[in-house]
Amino acid sequence: MHKTSPEVGGMGHSIKRKEDLRFIQGRGNYVDDVNLPGMVYGHLVRSPYAHARLVSVNTEKAKKLPGVLAVITGEDLAKAGLAWMPTLSGDKQMVLATGKVLFQSQEVAFVVAEDRYTAADAAELVEVEYEELPVLVDPRKALEPSAPVLRDDREQKNNHIFHWEVGDKSGTEGVFKSAPVKARLDAFFQRCHPAPLETCGCVADFNRATGRLTVYMTSQAPHVHRTLFALVGGIPENNIRVVSPDIGGGFGNKVPIYPGYVCAVVASLTTGIPVKWIETRSENLMSTGFARDYHMTAEIAAEKDGTMKALRVKTLADHGAFNAAAQPTKFPAGLFSICTGNYDFQKAFCEVDGAYTNKAPGGIAYRCSFRVTEASYLIERVVDVLAQELKMDPAELRRKNFVQPDKFPYKSPLGWTYDSGNYEPNLKKALDKIGYAALRKEQEEKRKKGALMGIGISTFVEIVGAGPAHTFDIAGIKMFDSAEIRIHPTGKAICRMGTKSQGQGHETTYAQIVAQELGIPAADVTVEEGDTDTAPYGLGTYASRSTPTSGAATAVAARKILAKAKKIAAFLLEASEEDLEWEPGKFYVKGAPQKAKTIQDIAFAAYTNIPPGLEAGLEAVDYYDPPNLTFPFGAYIAVVDIDKGTGEVKVRRFVAVDDCGNIINPMIVEGQIHGGLTEGLAIAFMQQIDYDENGNVQGGTFMDYLLPTAVETPNWETDKTTTPSPHHPFGAKGVGESPNVGSPAAFVNAVVDALSHLGVKHIDMPITPWKVWNILNEKGIAG
Amino acid sequence: MANKQLVKVTINGRHREAAVEPRLLLVHFIRESLALTGTHVGCDTSNCGACTVILNGKTVKSCTMFAVQADGGDITTVEGLIKDGGQLHPLQEGFRQEHGLQCGFCTPGMLMSSLVLLRKNPNPSEEDIRWGISGNLCRCTGYQNIVKAVQYAAKKMSEAKTQGGSNA
Amino acid sequence: MIPPAFEYLRPSTIPEAIALLQQHGDEAKILSGGQSLIPMMKLRLARPAYLIDINRISGIAYIKEEGGFLKIGGLTREAEIEASPIVHSKYPLLMDTARVIADPQVRNMATVGGNLAHGDPANDHPATMIALGAQVVATGAKGERTIPIEDFFVSLFTTALQADEILTGIRIPIPPAKSGGAYFKLERKVGDFATAAVAVQLTLDGAGAIQKIGIALTNVGATPIKARKAEDSLRGKKPDAAAIAQAAQLAANEAQPSSDLRGPEQYKRGLVKELTRRAMVRALERAAN
Repeated sequence: MHKTSPEVGGMGHSIKRKEDLRFIQGRGNYVDDVNLPGMVYGHLVRSPYAHARLVSVNTEKAKKLPGVLAVITGEDLAKAGLAWMPTLSGDKQMVLATGKVLFQSQEVAFVVAEDRYTAADAAELVEVEYEELPVLVDPRKALEPSAPVLRDDREQKNNHIFHWEVGDKSGTEGVFKSAPVKARLDAFFQRCHPAPLETCGCVADFNRATGRLTVYMTSQAPHVHRTLFALVGGIPENNIRVVSPDIGGGFGNKVPIYPGYVCAVVASLTTGIPVKWIETRSENLMSTGFARDYHMTAEIAAEKDGTMKALRVKTLADHGAFNAAAQPTKFPAGLFSICTGNYDFQKAFCEVDGAYTNKAPGGIAYRCSFRVTEASYLIERVVDVLAQELKMDPAELRRKNFVQPDKFPYKSPLGWTYDSGNYEPNLKKALDKIGYAALRKEQEEKRKKGALMGIGISTFVEIVGAGPAHTFDIAGIKMFDSAEIRIHPTGKAICRMGTKSQGQGHETTYAQIVAQELGIPAADVTVEEGDTDTAPYGLGTYASRSTPTSGAATAVAARKILAKAKKIAAFLLEASEEDLEWEPGKFYVKGAPQKAKTIQDIAFAAYTNIPPGLEAGLEAVDYYDPPNLTFPFGAYIAVVDIDKGTGEVKVRRFVAVDDCGNIINPMIVEGQIHGGLTEGLAIAFMQQIDYDENGNVQGGTFMDYLLPTAVETPNWETDKTTTPSPHHPFGAKGVGESPNVGSPAAFVNAVVDALSHLGVKHIDMPITPWKVWNILNEKGIAG
Repeated sequence: MANKQLVKVTINGRHREAAVEPRLLLVHFIRESLALTGTHVGCDTSNCGACTVILNGKTVKSCTMFAVQADGGDITTVEGLIKDGGQLHPLQEGFRQEHGLQCGFCTPGMLMSSLVLLRKNPNPSEEDIRWGISGNLCRCTGYQNIVKAVQYAAKKMSEAKTQGGSNA
Repeated sequence: MIPPAFEYLRPSTIPEAIALLQQHGDEAKILSGGQSLIPMMKLRLARPAYLIDINRISGIAYIKEEGGFLKIGGLTREAEIEASPIVHSKYPLLMDTARVIADPQVRNMATVGGNLAHGDPANDHPATMIALGAQVVATGAKGERTIPIEDFFVSLFTTALQADEILTGIRIPIPPAKSGGAYFKLERKVGDFATAAVAVQLTLDGAGAIQKIGIALTNVGATPIKARKAEDSLRGKKPDAAAIAQAAQLAANEAQPSSDLRGPEQYKRGLVKELTRRAMVRALERAAN
């Protein structure tokens, strides 16, 4: 790969972000900043009960409040066939409740009023009568034969959603039967929530005069949302424009279509006026796409020397009241079968069952590429359990079982072909950076004095960049992605992609790809995303897929442009194409470097001096079908100290060595790692969306769903190794989710390691101070 | 509709006024009555700090005040940071140089808190900075680069002072 | 998120404010810092028809030593306490406390008066003021009266303030030489209420024994708790490790915590014990200096 100058800013340059300029001046354009003439406001009425028959909804008082334009109920929507909508998992979900409500805060009615405040007042005046029904919040209980059936809309009268399995069941059993060592872990990955700082919302604007519906939306996948609005709403797709403006964080939360969006669209369609709906934080936490809620069991069959032979995994997935998981169609448990991790298991078997409960519907992929966090957490924890059983150093056990470099592309026993990996040097780098040997010595000394410190390792492999058309689709749409590049006569460029940044810096990184491929300075390349009228069709940004798919499309489109540019250059230089050499920014004649044409010269010629036989212009579009997923990986090590008096765990150090192949912008990658590790820290120690036995949400506001501040967050030490993806146009893999995927296990492993000499084998997250203190207290060493 | 009251403020150096319901939150007054949308709403329990503005020299959560309380007050929002002539404030420069933002949603509030922090403590330690922004949540950056951004600005502002320049 | 409508009143003097309180009775609420009240109004848990904004009344925000007391006006902001040189040098318990209330922005608005008058056992000043042996100054239609802090917190969200009274000040006896104090708060994160917190204020005599002691507990009961048995166990004694440990255990026994999202009852008791010990050690260090 050519190296570009800092002025051009291609691959590997930490150029400053172009999008920053508007954000630091408070000139971002988030959905709630969109204000259209005559715009009115929507507010949802929500159920206080987790499971109840909807006896009546009386909107008379609310309608009479001055300033109220309409109050829409489930009955109203049912008349238009819109009371239910399809989910991204092949299930359906109520838009506004009819018949019954199935989770606390479920949407029951939609008030439309002149302003936000009136809408809120009117919502209180909607009178809803409920008849409470027995509540199910435990998915295990939900699957018992005597459990009440939550979904009477389904043919199948039980709470079982799906059973999914992969791998060699009998072969795996066989290995287990004869294995001398077995380790087992039951682990619960708690329900948590992406909680981006900006909540979900939209402005739906149906223009009666033109027949066009424009929806400004917090959408990570604007084109898919447009198609779904067309299919479900019966509006011609050419009359729908979805615009994702600036988005204040997504993390997966903004992939599904929520009832609020649909209600706003319906309200605008019926009134012909723009309708804004912005949810509050409590609504966001209590009703939108949650993550995880996986009850998992993993077993490893191994030899006495630590060689791991087989893995067996059984999981119960709690999807809440509707299976609204945003998942590729063929994978009801996402890419959970990556759970063999970086290890060379001979045999493996994995099964997942999904259940309905009276909780918010979902779950989405929260910065985890479809359940990879769950999988990674599980394998990294059970490997530590095995290490503890064998009294083997956890780094040593991992090293012993890594897939070796010569095995790539590596076919895992659960069906994935890992593109490339080199796990040992990556782990070694992390161990050296943290000073592992010295830390183990320190731990020994400290234990003698009764002090508690722990070291936790997590070596993970991610599976991102969904995905190849032969296997991957969402709601039937194949998971390619796209890029369109157009070069102007003066050599500047505009590009549009089918992805949608929510803070990942695409306006900068995609420009850098173009800079790399064509030598046009990144500063001269404008990148746009999110407007379905102008951007080529794409599946959006989540699952760390942008660089692997749209990034690839950008490179391929740029190469198509380069091929045409070469023809133009040959024409201008009166040489044959074979005699031309390329360096970023120009073609020159072999052996005569002074005979050169810059890309800017070529761009100008494309409009003013077009070679005969060629079309004018210099542009290309590419729809990229990735040949495979990509498999970034990493080694994370956490060092913790435990305060015996309070149970608090302090993260002393955290080293993260990531390998995401070739890097576009190191500064941006580092920022992603910092952010993801902070989310992992929060999940490991602070966060849970829980429900009491009546289905009341515990942790439905930021008072109790805790986000770490700058005080709780440690400094993260980052480093890298580079193992390019052999199938990606520029060897990149994607990295946004790695830190959220790999870190929870590192934190938990560290705490368990701190307490392992006391016989502790596992602690479920969140590892709160009181959980730790309870353990210490039981062992008589608290204080 | 409830009785409206006239609220007059000086905001980013300009005199503005509007007649509002007493219950109108200051953040809505700023965002909607005054059409300054740089200040954001991120929660409903006064936890996130995205709504932070400077009122009479002190940072406040504008979602936890009524506009009527700010009557007669002097408000600075993120839009007021940039100097006449379009020059970025050292803090804005710092956030850009040090990659102290990703989605940008918390950034206005962070800038306000950082600005007041640096006014009170022109040479803050890392710990001072982390405590100083402890009322502002960020989901994207993990705070590390925000700390660096503030340190960048502190350095720049003290250099400007010794050179006799002006700092905000 | 959106509070219900109310009528906004902005008196310029205390007597005006009191008259408004009398006029509107329990339909009215005093708006001081608003950092507890406004969030409750946004959740529609509080729905006063009248808000009496006392923020423009002059003469009730001050920090000064006078007549044997540290006098703090009810409208004094937490940030002012945090920044006060007097508090910093002579009232470390109070400084510790102000620093851990909520976060910087909230501290710019939140007032000491509000923190006490709200009657929330989760607030930090109540225990601290109990440990300091403070007096509340309440001004009502009948004039001014002082209420010993021990009598001030009646039950959950209920104080000894009458319907027409405003908490206009707090008076803390100036501690003699060889005094020290400390506040230890365990919170799940910065900005949270205490999972448990302990305030200790003590004075040593010439021989190094405890002459005066106040120990009080935050958020482990329906009101802040004065740990009398713990105090009694230490009075007159030399505070060695054993005495401290015993007092810590007694304080833990006197706590009445409930299990909630911050932790189970047993944990909170354990915390009270641990935090009492730490607060005692720190208070003694400060008394020695």
